[in-house]
Amino acid sequence: MSTDDILKAASLHTAIKDKDTARLVINKDKIVDSNEVEGLQVTARQIKDGVDIHIRLRENTRVKKPVHLCFGVTHKKAVQKILLDVEIGENSTINIFSHCVFPNAIDVQHIMDAKIKVGKNARYFYTERHIHSEEGGIKVRPKARILLEEGARLKTIFELLSGRVGSIDIDYETTCLKDSVMEMTAKIDGRADDVIKIKEAGNLEGVNSRGVLISKVAVRDRAKAEIYNKLVANAEYARGHVDCKEIIQGDGQASAIPIVEVNNPRAQVTHEASIGSVDSKQLQTLMSRGLPEDKAVELIIEGLLS
Amino acid sequence: MGVLKVKNIKWSIDGANILNGINMDFKRGSVHAIIGPNGVGKTTLGNVIMGLDGYRDFEGDLVFNGRSIKGQDIYQRAKKGITMAWQEPARFEGLKVDKFIGAGVKGNKGKAVEDALEKVGMNPSDYFHRAVDKNLSGGERKKIELASILAIEPKLVILDEPDSGIDVASLQNIFNAVAYLKKQGTTVILITHSMEVLKHSEYAFLLCCGAVLKEGSVDEIGPYFENRCLPCEHVNEPEKNGARV
Ligand SMILES: Nc1ncnc2c1ncn2[C@@H]1O[C@H](COP(=O)(O)OP(=O)(O)OP(=O)(O)O)[C@@H](O)[C@H]1O
Ligand SMILES: [Mg+2]
Repeated sequence: MSTDDILKAASLHTAIKDKDTARLVINKDKIVDSNEVEGLQVTARQIKDGVDIHIRLRENTRVKKPVHLCFGVTHKKAVQKILLDVEIGENSTINIFSHCVFPNAIDVQHIMDAKIKVGKNARYFYTERHIHSEEGGIKVRPKARILLEEGARLKTIFELLSGRVGSIDIDYETTCLKDSVMEMTAKIDGRADDVIKIKEAGNLEGVNSRGVLISKVAVRDRAKAEIYNKLVANAEYARGHVDCKEIIQGDGQASAIPIVEVNNPRAQVTHEASIGSVDSKQLQTLMSRGLPEDKAVELIIEGLLS
Repeated sequence: MGVLKVKNIKWSIDGANILNGINMDFKRGSVHAIIGPNGVGKTTLGNVIMGLDGYRDFEGDLVFNGRSIKGQDIYQRAKKGITMAWQEPARFEGLKVDKFIGAGVKGNKGKAVEDALEKVGMNPSDYFHRAVDKNLSGGERKKIELASILAIEPKLVILDEPDSGIDVASLQNIFNAVAYLKKQGTTVILITHSMEVLKHSEYAFLLCCGAVLKEGSVDEIGPYFENRCLPCEHVNEPEKNGARV
């Protein structure tokens, strides 16, 4: 399997030919392809077992087309370390798709350590899509520390498109200054003996800052999930919400630890968490349309994670 | 000919008798109403016929096309062509309208979903990719649930308060859908406490206290329900209102 296969798996073979699409393609620790666009600087340097990447977006710049980062490992056994340092200038907008493709993994570790600063009134949209092998021999360790300056917006989505989770341990923390807005979502479907850990934290430090943490997880067979969501509101009119849904089937196990902390009488944080089997009304509705129970459960989970 | 026979069904929960010996005979391809005030057991009877969890253990018998379906689960009954639209439809987080309506369709799902949405007066392209969750209004969810029933062409359908949450303009869509089901040969059971809905049925059962108080044509049951049941101050105590039970 070659880099081409990674690009195909990530549906990037057309984007890769477009001179107006910024991108960076990594196979294990090799920089395979890169392209910059006006106002956006993407530099990458090979380090031991990985790559150190710096992304700088000039102020007052709107990157029109999505930027593609592709982190692939075609090897069966490997360690891939990604250091990511992102700075988005004032009033700028960027939409990044990060494709993590490990189609042959038997013993692969993907470690990401990201530092992201979103400037005043800038917008940062980040979607991380994983394509794994069916063996589950993968450990994914993404860590991000994010700062949203005044009026900045952040939206992140983490999802597994295909293959088995293996072991995922997400650790994201965002600090929100005045009037900034963040939304972090993780959607993961665990099977066999997959292990899912999600730690999402938000610090609403600025007046009128807003934050939502969303986790949607299904665990089947013997899969385990542990969700730890923490939202702290320290400023006037800060508003936050934690939404955690976990569906359990078979011998799956799930736990949710939502922590909400409010240190200002004018701030408010709400949370909802539900863990359990699929909703019986949903299940019975679909069964009454002629779906057998297992198909009905599949469809309900597919909806939740879509 | 009777397609479904409800034979002396009794159902109780925690010592409370909710259904007290119900007998009904539903004719193939006809539109029936089960009418009665709040809390008389209409939805409970629907749940028993559909075989929902907690409602499969009852006294008496349910005979569909000459065979008892007692003890069968929802899926087995659905395979025989029985289906139901809930009084308060379920919300499915994230599940798209087309996937939901198409779920039980055999054959060309896309076409069936489109046709069904049009039949309930909804523009398919406006709804296809929306989710059947809290982002739809209650009335929209009712219509989408009805569409999901039209799409599977059932043999017998229970519509529990098909008009609830539906605005006047959309009401006609619901009645058109009922007429369409009838034309297809589907046996329809409308659960209601509305005179408007009653008028769209051919035969009615008036329920009180978990039993059939009266049955007959809409012309017979309508005035009785309007004059005796709507103003009644003794719901579920028919004898106190001078009715013979
Ligand atoms: N699973 C249950 N557990 C406890 N009580 C129940 C259950 N199912 C039905 N009942 C009771 O049975 C009675 C009849 O309820 P049902 O929902 O069938 O009434 P209904 O005629 O459909 O009323 P409405 O017009 O308000 O929908 C009610 O008192 C209800 O509380
Ligand atoms: Mg009811």
